[in-house]
Amino acid sequence: MTADASRGAEAPPEFVQLLTPEGERVEHPDYDIDLTPEEIRGLYRDLVLVRRIDLEAVALQRQGELGIWASLLGQEAAQIGSGRALTEADMAFPTYREHGVAWCRGVDPVNLLGLFRGVNHGGWDPAEHNFHLYTIVIGSQNLHAVGYAMGIQRDSAEAATIVYFGDGATSQGDVNESFIWASVFNAPVVFFCQNNQWAISEPLEKQSRIPLYRRASGFGFPGVRVDGNDVFACLAVTRKALADARSGQGPMFIEAFTYRMGAHTTSDDPTRYRVAAELEAWKLKDPIERVRSYMFKNQIADQEFFDAIDAEADELGRDVRKRCLALPDPEPLAIFDHVYAEPHRLMDEERAQFAAYLEGFEG
Amino acid sequence: MSTLTLAKALNEGMRKAMEDDPKVLVMGEDVGKLGGVFRVTDGLQKDFGEQRVIDTPLAESGIIGTAIGLALRGYRPVCEIQFDGFVFPAADQIITQLAKMPLRSLGKLKLPVVVRIPCGGGIGAVEHHSESPEAYFTHTAGLRVVACSNPSDAYEMIQQAIRCDDPVIFFEPKRRYWEKAEVDVSASADSAWLPLDQGKVVRPGADVTLLAYGPMVKTCLEAAKAAEDDGRSLEVVDLRSLNPLDVGLVVESVRKTGRCVVVHEAPVFNGFGAELAARITEECFYNLEAPVLRVGGPSTPYPPSRLEDHYLPDLDRVLHAVDRVFAF
Repeated sequence: MTADASRGAEAPPEFVQLLTPEGERVEHPDYDIDLTPEEIRGLYRDLVLVRRIDLEAVALQRQGELGIWASLLGQEAAQIGSGRALTEADMAFPTYREHGVAWCRGVDPVNLLGLFRGVNHGGWDPAEHNFHLYTIVIGSQNLHAVGYAMGIQRDSAEAATIVYFGDGATSQGDVNESFIWASVFNAPVVFFCQNNQWAISEPLEKQSRIPLYRRASGFGFPGVRVDGNDVFACLAVTRKALADARSGQGPMFIEAFTYRMGAHTTSDDPTRYRVAAELEAWKLKDPIERVRSYMFKNQIADQEFFDAIDAEADELGRDVRKRCLALPDPEPLAIFDHVYAEPHRLMDEERAQFAAYLEGFEG
Repeated sequence: MSTLTLAKALNEGMRKAMEDDPKVLVMGEDVGKLGGVFRVTDGLQKDFGEQRVIDTPLAESGIIGTAIGLALRGYRPVCEIQFDGFVFPAADQIITQLAKMPLRSLGKLKLPVVVRIPCGGGIGAVEHHSESPEAYFTHTAGLRVVACSNPSDAYEMIQQAIRCDDPVIFFEPKRRYWEKAEVDVSASADSAWLPLDQGKVVRPGADVTLLAYGPMVKTCLEAAKAAEDDGRSLEVVDLRSLNPLDVGLVVESVRKTGRCVVVHEAPVFNGFGAELAARITEECFYNLEAPVLRVGGPSTPYPPSRLEDHYLPDLDRVLHAVDRVFAF
């Protein structure tokens, strides 16, 4: 089982990298990026803040305030890099782990917590942020993204969609169907696969015997693997893929080669299925540390800047926690709201019956 | 007025909807040049182009999943599932996504997607081509489920379904596709049309209520006619909408007649008739002269076509049930 599915430090995968784990800028013949110091500082800030949102959410779950949480720890660069490549007109279709992309789209983090706290199933307006609702069923959103992209084609709009999914999702029928549809209709969609190496407890070898990005060629469109812990490379590769899609060049598959540092969700225990050495190897590739190191070395920021970001993260964490705890439980009769867009007599009837039942407890 | 088959009435209804609203799309397997295996979409691609009448790859989940995406972008897709038994590969997209996305968004999203399903047996088809999967979808909150039974309703209901902001599962009785009737194609959807969520008494009667939808409406009308010779007056109700159910119409009829027989092609066990029988028991208990009886398929897979005449409710089985409700 050596089929290029190595998850540790050994056997380096073929991928696009612009910033090494040591914080050195490197060149790539096909992808480059020219970022201003301000843009780099902005990316660093995003990385730190979304990690802090995530850590706060994990803590809230451990304290019983959230039912469950799907941590993004380790995947910040993949999400911020790709998320910052989007224009306002582009539409993003996430799984349930895209807290970093949500951040880039301007979704209030507390809205993400609402889903995991159990006060709603989403609740933000997808059209307001061009960030679709979290989708729990694995890979379903791929088809929605392609359909949306077909709509963009019919509107002759200057836009594309990006859809997020994991390595496990590539085994799903819907994901494979989405590749076929996108290819056949030349839809402006970027498939952004975060290969975090593990589908709950199942390693990549249980999903694929070839590197995931190579699957694209079988469907008739290009695929590329990018260092998913390198925010510069993720931004550069996604930016180009989206531009190509918008200009009519069809779909693109991006495999962001990364690692889920925590559990799949707070419900599982990764020590049961993976070895500590693997985690240690990936710690050395941390997406935040390498940017920090690069910025220090190149005098893009000083200690004062880093301290200020840390303080901002602390404040954000406190704010998210406070507002999460203040989220009110919905009224009981909200069960019947929004099931249908138009009046529906069964909803009316059952709502009235339930209301009458509840009224029996009053007074 | 035009004399149209049910298939042609659907075709004219879709054509009208596409003319009225450029956001209406038709999509499915073979819906373009071929015009669908039943020719229900005949000529639409020729007149509206490949961007609006989309021949899709052969994958039902993909059809519904991409239709959801198109609806999110502001389009109103009308999907054709080629045969009833092929809707199951799309069941995940219909049940976990299409039905629930508006709720997940707290009402911010609307999914005006129509899923057309030619349903039922009686055409001598092979396995998986003659099923009645309505109960799966009526059980799923967030979907509307309707069944047309005649050309005039087909023409009106398909347009109403397309205009509806909710997802609609639209059942078409495939063995009635070629039956003709007068259809007023000059009228456009207006207040004169019966709303999509209402049923209709298609034959008034005094002694027994026959509840039916889709292909069984005609069978029940024939039974009512035959029963007349025995001096029995049967009222036939075409439910048309299964979710929401027009409970008021059903209750009114059963209270009047005191007896009720439910007729559908699907297996009786846990079928849609069970919901009807339970509702009627709750609402009409003191009006009933006999228990509500159900006529439908046995709880078996749909049989090979040489046996389907035994499986499908026919006039004799309906009348047999009528005899039983009189015998109580």
